[in-house]
Amino acid sequence: MKLGRILGKVWATAKDPKLNGLKLAILQPVDEADSPIGRELIAVDTIGVREGDLVYWVGGAEATFPFAERQIPSDVTIVGLVDRLDPSRK
Amino acid sequence: MMLGKVTATLVSTVKHQTYAGRKILVVRPMDPDGTLRPGSVVAVDTVGAGEGDVVLVASEGRAAMEILGYDRRVPLRSVIVGIVDSIQSGSKEQA
Repeated sequence: MKLGRILGKVWATAKDPKLNGLKLAILQPVDEADSPIGRELIAVDTIGVREGDLVYWVGGAEATFPFAERQIPSDVTIVGLVDRLDPSRK
Repeated sequence: MMLGKVTATLVSTVKHQTYAGRKILVVRPMDPDGTLRPGSVVAVDTVGAGEGDVVLVASEGRAAMEILGYDRRVPLRSVIVGIVDSIQSGSKEQA
């Protein structure tokens, strides 16, 4: 999984039916210092994020498994909201 | 598997149920000589790793499913599977 910052949301009416009812967010991958890594991605939001949130997300095949009863056609899925990062003291 | 160093503990209340009750750590990829590389990986700990530890991270969904004991695929791929005691690379050895 990786860290990411939420930049906004995306709405799409015409889409694959398997994406119906899912929220989409604009996600900028970042490192733990909040520095951007690569380009923005469009992610399926399973937790209800807001602009500015720091989240963690999963990519690849695992992004298709957030629901037990069905698979979704996603390659980037947000799986958690970061409350805070406690840095290493060592 | 990837070699890395634990740089932070991630505290998270709102999350997918797969992550409930699990310790989540931030790991920086590391070369065998100890040089930290750019990018951070968020990984679930299964071996009692802590901040500052050098660890092994497996990033593969089916491996994660097997290790965490799920009988179906879950939206989780990065798992800390070992704490490194020492590394020997070429003629150099470091604790």
